[in-house]
Amino acid sequence: MTTLTINGKALEVHAAADTPLLWVLRDHLAMTGTKFGCGAGLCGACTVHLDGVPARSCQIPLSAVAGAKITTIEGVAHDKVGAAVQAAWDRIDVPQCGYCQSGQVMAATALLTTNSQPTDEDIDNAMRGNICRCGTYVRIRAAIHDAARSLKV
Amino acid sequence: MNAILNASRRDFLKGSAAVGGGLIVGFCLPPAGFTADLKPVAANAWVRIAPDNKVTLICHRNEMGQDVHTSLALLVAEELGVDVHKVAIEQAPVDPVYINSLLGAQITGGSTSIRDAWVKLREAGATARVLLTTAAAQRWQVPPDECSADHGYVTHKSGKRASYGQLAGAAAALPAPQSVPLKKPADFTQIGKLRHRLDSPAKARGQAKYGLDVVRPGMVYASLEQCPVIGGKVASVDDSKAKAMPGVLAVVNIGEGVAVVADHYWTAKTARDALNITWDYGPAAELTTEKIYASLKDAASRDGAIVRQTGDAAAALKRAAKTLRAEYRLQLLAHATLEPMNCLALVSDQGCDIWTSTQFPQGAQGVAAARGGVEAAKVRIWPQFIGGGFGRRLDVDFIGQAAAIARAVPGKPVKLIWTREDDTTHDFYRPASYHTLAGGLDAGGRLVAFDYKMVSSSITNRMFPGVVKNDLDPFMTEGSANLTYDIPNALQRVVIQEYGLRPGYWRSVSHPLNAFAIESFVDELAHAAGRDPLAFRLELLDKQPRQKAVLACVASESGWGRPLPAGSALGLAMMESYESYQALVARVSKSGDGFKLESLVYVVDPGIAVHPDQIVAQLQSGAVSGLINTLSSKVTLKDGRVEQRNFDGFPLLRINQAPRIEVIVLEGGDKPGGIGEVGVPLVAPAVANAVFALTAKRVRSLPLADSDIRFV
Repeated sequence: MTTLTINGKALEVHAAADTPLLWVLRDHLAMTGTKFGCGAGLCGACTVHLDGVPARSCQIPLSAVAGAKITTIEGVAHDKVGAAVQAAWDRIDVPQCGYCQSGQVMAATALLTTNSQPTDEDIDNAMRGNICRCGTYVRIRAAIHDAARSLKV
Repeated sequence: MNAILNASRRDFLKGSAAVGGGLIVGFCLPPAGFTADLKPVAANAWVRIAPDNKVTLICHRNEMGQDVHTSLALLVAEELGVDVHKVAIEQAPVDPVYINSLLGAQITGGSTSIRDAWVKLREAGATARVLLTTAAAQRWQVPPDECSADHGYVTHKSGKRASYGQLAGAAAALPAPQSVPLKKPADFTQIGKLRHRLDSPAKARGQAKYGLDVVRPGMVYASLEQCPVIGGKVASVDDSKAKAMPGVLAVVNIGEGVAVVADHYWTAKTARDALNITWDYGPAAELTTEKIYASLKDAASRDGAIVRQTGDAAAALKRAAKTLRAEYRLQLLAHATLEPMNCLALVSDQGCDIWTSTQFPQGAQGVAAARGGVEAAKVRIWPQFIGGGFGRRLDVDFIGQAAAIARAVPGKPVKLIWTREDDTTHDFYRPASYHTLAGGLDAGGRLVAFDYKMVSSSITNRMFPGVVKNDLDPFMTEGSANLTYDIPNALQRVVIQEYGLRPGYWRSVSHPLNAFAIESFVDELAHAAGRDPLAFRLELLDKQPRQKAVLACVASESGWGRPLPAGSALGLAMMESYESYQALVARVSKSGDGFKLESLVYVVDPGIAVHPDQIVAQLQSGAVSGLINTLSSKVTLKDGRVEQRNFDGFPLLRINQAPRIEVIVLEGGDKPGGIGEVGVPLVAPAVANAVFALTAKRVRSLPLADSDIRFV
């Protein structure tokens, strides 16, 4: 049994130690907001925050996260930056199919937490690990700028 | 309480409405809080009104990003007189009433959702409005024409008013009107206005449920090792190691592969990797990309079927002052939806239940019945949000597999999840194609002769063989049959050539194939004539005012003909597709480390714009699909196996590669055209034409990276 701290709550999990955090969240805890895209750390759909830093949950075994503070898409709205990002996503109507957007929101929140006024180039560098197959990239850029503006006022 | 029956839908509803309000029976439970005598009322197959005024659209098309939930709700809301943002959406089950009249099946695809629904769903909303108004008039004993309905209320001129929910029960007892008046476009208050997507908040919060997200009590998981050569079979399997692993419940041989069923996905996947399978690789064991291309080129010597013919192209080519000939080629592509193929299936004594992301619920029902060993009438399909379709989810292979696995563990809901590698290597691939073209110019540099042949594999022969008549697959002639140029002598043909790999519909199907060949070649002809590619095209469009208007508009918006910074150039392309007209200008620059796509400027005429901001979104999205077709992505085969496995081998566009995209919408028609796919096909010719303008290098095959044209 492993105890995890997810979105501020302590949760107990019975899973093999090598189970990726992604599948612990999805199968063992029924937290399905975090998505499976590639299983290889190439698409960013499974992005969560570990101690505030964006991480690919498909690449991190359960055994490595026992002491970490884990934030998922289900909990990111408790953070003021996360809530601002989601509100900007609504205003700009970023999502299309929406499958990648949990990961995009997590990556964008991490970016704005460390860089409150990112340039387009900063956005491209921070977000290039998150694939959107539908191609919402121009709206992702616009929404991150919009969220930055809303946090400034 | 009886359903209100739309006359034309009466037979259907009789069949499905055992008790209560029509469609809700056997489909979903009423929301909590409703008592037995306060059931929502189905006004017809699409509209349901609850006593608490909640309006629900039973959405008969599947949401995969193209915005059907909001756009279809807009059609109903406009005529019903409710705010679209207050319309709840439920996904429709499989039923003949929901057949797409443009495709003949319950399918979401072909950029048809709005075109099919334009009259149908506005009539559904208007029918409900007329019934509610009639019910109110009867209640108040006033003439119906003294009552009006809007904002969820029927109001009498005296000031009396009642909410739709208060009237729904009485309205349900009324006979359906034979015909209903529809608003004139000038009176629209919601269609064509800025509206938010209904599903943005759920999707930005991880709350939208895709097939992969469905959780059922007692659910178990399956991971399936399929024959590495598509079409091959299991010869034998040693599953002793897998079966000995804790958590493994069953190992199931389903013919094309072996599935491990386990308590969790990771257990199933780990045990699957411990299987030792011997394969019969089947007829495609020796297939290579080179053989596919050679087969297409050989087939170009056949006459094929005539798509369109005017004048005498052969004679006109002989007479022409100048002639030009070229061959073009396009690559195989994977769909690479971000949500890998998956399906949750339960086979029990109640039949079969399928929860999945699908564009083809009717096909899902058929394949689940066949492979689940259940009669089709006992198969229930529960369609979910789709994490990317692009045509991949028109195929139902993974649904049949899940049903076959579930059949072996009856009573247990089994969720089959493909890995990304399974998904890339077991797709139905966008066909490769080979094109031959000849053009003749008169002494004035005008195009007077055109001979075109397209050779490719027929997806429709595989999926809907009855549709292909006289070797003419209508899904291979897109962009050729509807070519908008007025050329006095033209012979356009198509040759079906199968090459041993299953082809699939990939967003915009053959439009990108035909458009890359034709629009690049037209650019070649313009340059051969020593003329401006814009002027060369404009003079061939006198009979096509909408095409001409978008072309003229894109020229002025993109700065065509004006000086550009050194090291950059523009490329132009245009076409009609899905009853929408479009033109595109790509701006490309070159510096030391490679090419850069600076911008794409689209002008599109969709006839009528139902949800304008989502038309812009679909063009932005089509641009990215078009770039996947253009820049560097391709599928190749060796020894019958697809060589690309994940996003390292089959790259998708990333944000740092995404250009600035400008979209201008011109409404030039009296009904909506399709929009979900129109952004895709022109990217490759526009970019390739810009590369030619910049470098004088003509690229006649995709992806461009294969010709050493690399974008940073």
